[in-house]
Amino acid sequence: MKGARSIGFGQSLEVGAAWLLAIIWLMPLIYAFWSAFHPAEFATRFSLLAPLTLENFREAWSQAPFARYYFNTFLLVTSVLAAQFVLCTLAGYAFARLEFVGRDVAFALVLVQLMIMPEVLIVENYRTMSHLGLVDTITGIGLPYMASAFGIFLLRQTFKTVPQELEDAARVEGCSRLQILLKVYVPLAKPTYVAYGLVSVSYHWNNFLWPLVITNSVETRPLTVGLAIFGAPESGVDWSIITAATLLAVAPLLIAFLLFQRQFVQSFMHAGIK
Amino acid sequence: MKHGGSRLDQVYGWLLLMPATVLLIAFTHYPTVATLGQSFFSAGTAARPSEFVGLENYRFLLEDEVFWKVANNNLWYAVGTIPASIAIAILMAVWVNGKLPARGLVRMAYFTPTILPMIAVANIWLFFYSPDIGLIDQVAAKFGIPSHNWLGDPDTVLGCLIVMTIWKEAGFFMIFYLAALQSLPPELEEAARVEGASRWYFFRRVTFPLLMPTTLFVLVNAVINSFKLVDHLFILTKGGPDNASSLLLYYIYEVAFSFFDEAYAATLTVVLLGVLAVVAIGQFVILEKRIHYR
Repeated sequence: MKGARSIGFGQSLEVGAAWLLAIIWLMPLIYAFWSAFHPAEFATRFSLLAPLTLENFREAWSQAPFARYYFNTFLLVTSVLAAQFVLCTLAGYAFARLEFVGRDVAFALVLVQLMIMPEVLIVENYRTMSHLGLVDTITGIGLPYMASAFGIFLLRQTFKTVPQELEDAARVEGCSRLQILLKVYVPLAKPTYVAYGLVSVSYHWNNFLWPLVITNSVETRPLTVGLAIFGAPESGVDWSIITAATLLAVAPLLIAFLLFQRQFVQSFMHAGIK
Repeated sequence: MKHGGSRLDQVYGWLLLMPATVLLIAFTHYPTVATLGQSFFSAGTAARPSEFVGLENYRFLLEDEVFWKVANNNLWYAVGTIPASIAIAILMAVWVNGKLPARGLVRMAYFTPTILPMIAVANIWLFFYSPDIGLIDQVAAKFGIPSHNWLGDPDTVLGCLIVMTIWKEAGFFMIFYLAALQSLPPELEEAARVEGASRWYFFRRVTFPLLMPTTLFVLVNAVINSFKLVDHLFILTKGGPDNASSLLLYYIYEVAFSFFDEAYAATLTVVLLGVLAVVAIGQFVILEKRIHYR
């Protein structure tokens, strides 16, 4: 084994490398901030004397209906999450605690969605949506995601860890099945709901392909689609304004992440490992 | 619990499953089957309704040069992104798991790209790759290297997308390795130190094999992502130049919603579904083997 000093040197080299990688990893975001908060002439020129400005944000905000896009995204994310919580709780409980014919086959069929996500089936799902008259509606964007195999799987795993005695005790006290689910299982699974909720909100806040396909008006477009149209090269908008718009679109999620960093990382971890 | 369950359980079970089942069938199982069916029919027009054409669409697919190009691109995109992002993710996890000053900050830096939408990421990276005014060309100019149209050159465009994707994904994969590393018993490393094993040897012979389940999980996710993440193409290249950066799902989008050839789009989707099926079966086989060993 090498001496203490060489370990010290090797370690500081490693610390340096880890830091360097961290800085490289932050660079794109740092650049976005630079360009968004400085006048356009400094977008590609770096000078400590460059004046700060909010003009780019004001311009971006006035050139596209971002307020509406925010509202659409907010509506989409909350409605998908609410539906997912209800549907996945019911299904997760059924798979975890009830014995019925065809349960294992049904569960295997649910898991198919882990591999074949709705974005792969845009062609056929678009056709279905037009039959249902849901093209260009927020419901149309959210509907394919509401029964989430991932959510069902996570909640099933969590519900399975709830001691059966708790359910039996509640039943002795005269609780119905639904009451047991709401009063015993749901409160105990709170960490799973938080973890799944964060993952789901991030996913749908950022989702693009399916919303692009199914929307075609300002009234339904979420932020990502609005941003893509805004930033298209043919729109001829300034660099600085595009980066300002980009930051506007990611701001809520980014701020939430910076504030609750540990919670975010643990949620993604928790959700992935099950 | 008794085998088969009570009659009440039967009713309850299916009642609770009903809402999720209806949606899953409507938007996952039905469209999967319908896509397969559609691929055997011609595209219908007002004058000529869609009719059964057997394997005609598949014959067309085999002769479609764009398809082969796109499939080839996607293969290289996967080969370029997956091993590199896994390697970087492991490195990040090892660093963030060790004693490191300002560890929280470094972890945040690595993880941040994960929560950004691909569209925003592409908007920002577009600037790096722009000819002349882009960051890369500005730095290159300082060294006297002439400017280059990174995204406009068929030889460099896919590489640009690969680098950006690695940046976006490595931090996400890192957290799974981090969780795995934290669950390893610390006695192992102590024992190795007593034995005088070097860190690299220890990593190669002990840590890395123990991380195998995580690697399998990450690998599956990475493969799926490399076939379903195409958002950035809409901003950066639109698949160009001359389809040099187009990926399978992007081509499906184009065929369906720009060329309005639903039948051929369905045929291409069948190929994509086939790829995903192979991934699923592969994962299943490996997992079965591992359980068998235990």
